[in-house]
Amino acid sequence: MASVKDIRRISDVVWEIPVSYKEGMRVPARIYASEKLYRDMDEGVVEQVTNVATLPGIVGRAYCMPDGHWGYGFPIGGVAAMDTRTGVISPGGIGFDVNCGMRLVLTSLTEEEVKPHLRQLVDRLFQRVPAGVGSSGLIKMTQDEFRHAVELGARWCLKQGFGWLDDLEKTEEGGCVAGADATKISDRAVERGYKQIGTLGSGNHYLEIQVVKPSNVFDEKLASAFGITLPNQVVLMFHCGSRGFGHQVATDYLQLFLKVMEKKYSIRILDRELACAPFQSREGQDYFAAMNCAINMSFANRQVILHRIREVFSEVFKRDPADLGMRQVYDVSHNTAKLEKHLVEGQLRELLVHRKGATRAFGPGMAGIPDAYRESGQPVILGGSMETGSYLLTGVAGGEQTFFSTAHGSGRTMSRKQAKKRFQGKKLLADMEARGIYVRTASFAGLAEEAGPAYKDIDDVVEATEEAGISKRVARFLPIGNVKG
Amino acid sequence: MPYRYLDDIATADAAFEAKGATIEEMFTAAADATMNVMVEDLQSIQARTTKRFDLEADDWEMLLFALLQELIYFKDAERLLLRVLNVKMGADGSRARLVAETAGEEIDASRHALIVDVKAVTLHKYRVEQTHEGWEATVILDI
Repeated sequence: MASVKDIRRISDVVWEIPVSYKEGMRVPARIYASEKLYRDMDEGVVEQVTNVATLPGIVGRAYCMPDGHWGYGFPIGGVAAMDTRTGVISPGGIGFDVNCGMRLVLTSLTEEEVKPHLRQLVDRLFQRVPAGVGSSGLIKMTQDEFRHAVELGARWCLKQGFGWLDDLEKTEEGGCVAGADATKISDRAVERGYKQIGTLGSGNHYLEIQVVKPSNVFDEKLASAFGITLPNQVVLMFHCGSRGFGHQVATDYLQLFLKVMEKKYSIRILDRELACAPFQSREGQDYFAAMNCAINMSFANRQVILHRIREVFSEVFKRDPADLGMRQVYDVSHNTAKLEKHLVEGQLRELLVHRKGATRAFGPGMAGIPDAYRESGQPVILGGSMETGSYLLTGVAGGEQTFFSTAHGSGRTMSRKQAKKRFQGKKLLADMEARGIYVRTASFAGLAEEAGPAYKDIDDVVEATEEAGISKRVARFLPIGNVKG
Repeated sequence: MPYRYLDDIATADAAFEAKGATIEEMFTAAADATMNVMVEDLQSIQARTTKRFDLEADDWEMLLFALLQELIYFKDAERLLLRVLNVKMGADGSRARLVAETAGEEIDASRHALIVDVKAVTLHKYRVEQTHEGWEATVILDI
């Protein structure tokens, strides 16, 4: 990254850009990164995080997490909290893939027990969890039923028999965020999404069978609180979002906001992807209600995928999923705007916290996390590249410095085009298999784009969050099976 | 090819530049560039079904946005991969309009080498311009 005028290094892992950097900045911006991560970040990150700092009603600071990179509107890894009376809501601060997120599921099986069945498991998961361009799911429903489902989220799934009550308890917002109103979503959004519940999508979306080696457990007490107790225990992790439905909701309101932002609300912005509306305006409230439907669609999507995973494991091992210990650890969102209460200069205020490629990480004892995790803090699931591994972290009290937000993954460092030039999908698949990772993919070209070296080193990202005191390491997972979208 | 992918302006997404001697040619090139992010070989898309798009927007820039968005919509809603056969531009009062004839077929993973889903057209660095040589556009698609 080029040197940035006036940038101040607050600590080894925090860099502050003052309001003098750019005209219109209302608050300073902070980038969380080690020296190495900071130097490797693209210049777009500074431009974008400082653009975010100009948005009306922003409180405290604009943030970028250590896995941050150039996005559109907000950088990926961007966090901004808005005052709910004077602030705005912006689809560019949430992302098109509303409530893209991660889910982590336990088993009571060890690597030794799973290995002989690995191919069969991955092959069946590949069939039952459709992946790839335009993939549609196995659930048949009408458009009216879909409208109902997106108001209820994962709760709708339970009514259909796709899950356990405990799954809801172990999902952010109980799997159903309040304020979802299906009258605020377009027919086009419904038409794009109503056949897609239970699908992975493509790009960096995946479903992995992973192993926790004893040497990769960093805190045994916390790991045990989250259900990781066996040496070489097998877990499942998957990453996906609200599919075409969420993408269309964001597109619909981005276009609406562009029409009213300046004319009706006299808001001027530095990048059209930061199009926004006052949160209290009719347009802002309508988007919030529609976006909440997309959040719920994504919870439902991941809930159905969890159900399919349990079916597949149950068939292959000829045992009940409960008997296989297939409990959900947690489900986190990393593309959302949520109403949360935070302390600002000693005062408890309700804020609309935008996180785009950033994860909520509530500390121990905070409201809004499951009772079972009251002492440990909120589990945070970080998906790494398919070759290197992923993490389970937990929220900590020090998270108040970032409105209790942390990283969401390893973050790309190489463009898709460069990755495709450097790696070959079929060779990568064979290489990974030789290293004990069995992969099924909907696209070899897509696989090449997701090669490990296209991403930052996830260990560096996690270390930076721990050093900054915004989350704490619990365990690291290594992939052995992968379904790639 | 009347379009090329750009390496240096989007890390996780797909950026392209499309050109044409006429605005119609540029729109057609941008449509192919969008589909080519999802499908490796556009020639593998057979013209088994047709769709007619009748779109309007405030200006040419947002009209291109509407055209690309329409292709993404049909990819999800009807699992159709479509290519623009011909497009006619017009103006209706102060509104920009187009009528496009498109043709294609349903996604068939056994015949179409698929790459990644395009989620949306972003407005980041989005640009539609008339130049000395004709028309050009820069578009970043969300992946």
